Amino acid sequence: MAGFLTWLSTLSPWLEIPIIIGVFVAAVAVLLFFIEVAPREGRVFTIIRLAACVLLPLGVMWLLQSYTWAIIAAGVLGALFFWLDLRSRGGVGSLFQLFGFVAPALILLLIGLVFPVIQTFGASMLNSRGTTFVGLDNFVWIFTQPQGIRTIVNTIVWVLIAPIASTVIGLVYAYFIDKTRGEKVYKILVFLPMAISFVGASIIWRFMYTARPADAEQIGFVNQLIVWLGGSPVPFLQVEPWNTLFLIIVFVWIYTGFAMVVLSAAIKGVPTEQLEAAELDGANAYERFMNVVVPGIRPSLIVVLTTIAIASMKIFDIVRTMTAGANDTSVIANEMYQQFRSFEAGRSAAYAVVLFILVLPLVIYNARQLKAQREAH
Amino acid sequence: MTTTTPPITTQGLTTGKASRRPALGDAKRRLTSPWATIAAIIIAAIWTVPTFGILVSSFRPRVEIQTTGWWTALQNWGWTTENYTEALNTATGGLTMLQAFVNSFAITLPAAIIPLIIATLAAYGFAWIDFRGKNLLFVGVFALQIVPIQMAFIPLLQLFSRGELFGVPVIQAFGSAGYAQVWIAHTIFGLPLAIFLLHNFIAQIPGEVIEAARVDGAGHGQIFFRIILPLSMPAIASFAIFQFLWVWNDLLVALIFADGNVAPITKLLAQMTGSRGEDWHLLTAGAFIAIIVPLLVFLFLQRYFVRGLLAGSAKG
Repeated sequence: MAGFLTWLSTLSPWLEIPIIIGVFVAAVAVLLFFIEVAPREGRVFTIIRLAACVLLPLGVMWLLQSYTWAIIAAGVLGALFFWLDLRSRGGVGSLFQLFGFVAPALILLLIGLVFPVIQTFGASMLNSRGTTFVGLDNFVWIFTQPQGIRTIVNTIVWVLIAPIASTVIGLVYAYFIDKTRGEKVYKILVFLPMAISFVGASIIWRFMYTARPADAEQIGFVNQLIVWLGGSPVPFLQVEPWNTLFLIIVFVWIYTGFAMVVLSAAIKGVPTEQLEAAELDGANAYERFMNVVVPGIRPSLIVVLTTIAIASMKIFDIVRTMTAGANDTSVIANEMYQQFRSFEAGRSAAYAVVLFILVLPLVIYNARQLKAQREAH
Repeated sequence: MTTTTPPITTQGLTTGKASRRPALGDAKRRLTSPWATIAAIIIAAIWTVPTFGILVSSFRPRVEIQTTGWWTALQNWGWTTENYTEALNTATGGLTMLQAFVNSFAITLPAAIIPLIIATLAAYGFAWIDFRGKNLLFVGVFALQIVPIQMAFIPLLQLFSRGELFGVPVIQAFGSAGYAQVWIAHTIFGLPLAIFLLHNFIAQIPGEVIEAARVDGAGHGQIFFRIILPLSMPAIASFAIFQFLWVWNDLLVALIFADGNVAPITKLLAQMTGSRGEDWHLLTAGAFIAIIVPLLVFLFLQRYFVRGLLAGSAKG
């Protein structure tokens, strides 16, 4: 495997793409063939099945250049699996088929997510080299030094401001353009930033924020506006504590499109009769909006708010690209990376755990709302 | 990493006029006052100006960008494509932007297709094969979506670079062998959402269709290949586009797993912003090179794009 990958990496990237995809598709085709013939009766198919059960794990471990004992263990497990399959209640080959479909994904998830999460929890209680158990020292360190507290506070500020700002602007915009001529174009214009990478958006806004000395001509549009209005240019990314707010604006610029599209669809679902009844009762546009539309789309509003809150809690790219955490703008995900870069594995893991714990209640609440919303429809 | 929107809202951009309910009468039309229209135009302008600004700037000569604002481009006439040639050939950390652009493709295409296939297989297994503990296992896969990917970085890196699992060596390391690390990382991180979304879709395929194929003598392999794959193409396309854009736009996974000469364009741009933050002629052109691919995907595949993006909007 390492050999194959090393050989692959010497090729031109344009060759690598078809080769890796081709190899992968071929492997899946072989797997599907075995799945297809698995339940068939007869000695030939039994032998094919036995061969697949033993040789596939052996082959995978051999390709990964694992240790001899591990390769043998894989083969033995395969043989055991063949025996279980032979005696399974669903008939011969039923376990084999099931395994063929779900095992690739489950094994990858186990190795790539489940084990690492357990390991990260463990690593957060070890020192930087992962050799000594230090208990909760890493967490104490985060919550006692000013930089760490600042990071947590910044993240909380992000989560409080970003979702509300994006949702409110998205909602108002969606309501204003609802059923107007050119609604589609309006939507595309605001949704466009969703397509752009956070890195691209960060560069776009760094350019907007650029400041020149007061006597020179401005090249950043925001500062030019300030100068036109009679102010003097502001180095937006350096003024504490407002710089975090200016980073949040970039995020809002991106996520408003998301809020707008979801809420626009929800607004279209508000019953016409209710709006007409409210109008007959003499409610003006604002009252109808607050008393009919907003309550009518409440479930969607909550889902949008929590979804954006989760995204803003994990924010990394914008901070990394625009300030790299300088001038007190760091957030948890950035600090996690920063500690990782300076080989502080323990502290890095601790930041990851803090992020996990903070995000957990939000995600659970979000999933529940989603479920409720889906059932309501 | 949560899934967000119910099927109904996924119509999104495309159904501007076609509402499920009868169109509003006069009551609604009077509601949109000229002020609302003006406010909408202002918001749309604020959302468009920044992108427009760097697009214009990227075609202006270097000196002009540094001394005059792009909104004066008509007074300070002068256009060039020099910035793009220079940006593509500028090396940051031993890698030119052109190479990084190619890297982005080499990372993104396999990292979008491979998880998709693995997830479709698993989704079929969860939807159409009965086994004990199925629901529990599926909930487990669903629950993995809540894990921030940061939780997996360091251990996964140890597995790649040292072949270690829980500190015990199990396989030979393939650390720096090209794109492999990024491919595998993106594949794994994409799986929970992909399985969940595709399962929702595949489970809704009518049972009679599958039963009919079974009567005709098709096994699971054939059913999957001949029935499931073609029928779930809309869901597969939506997720493919979502995953493509997610990987293309990703910075975090690239910073950890794409070292040296396999770095994608996002990583290169982020580094360039750090080291040459005032070279606006390079940054504007570079940023535009990086966003042109997602923009094209967006404009041409809008329906799938919106559907996919809504579904995975808090992934990561």
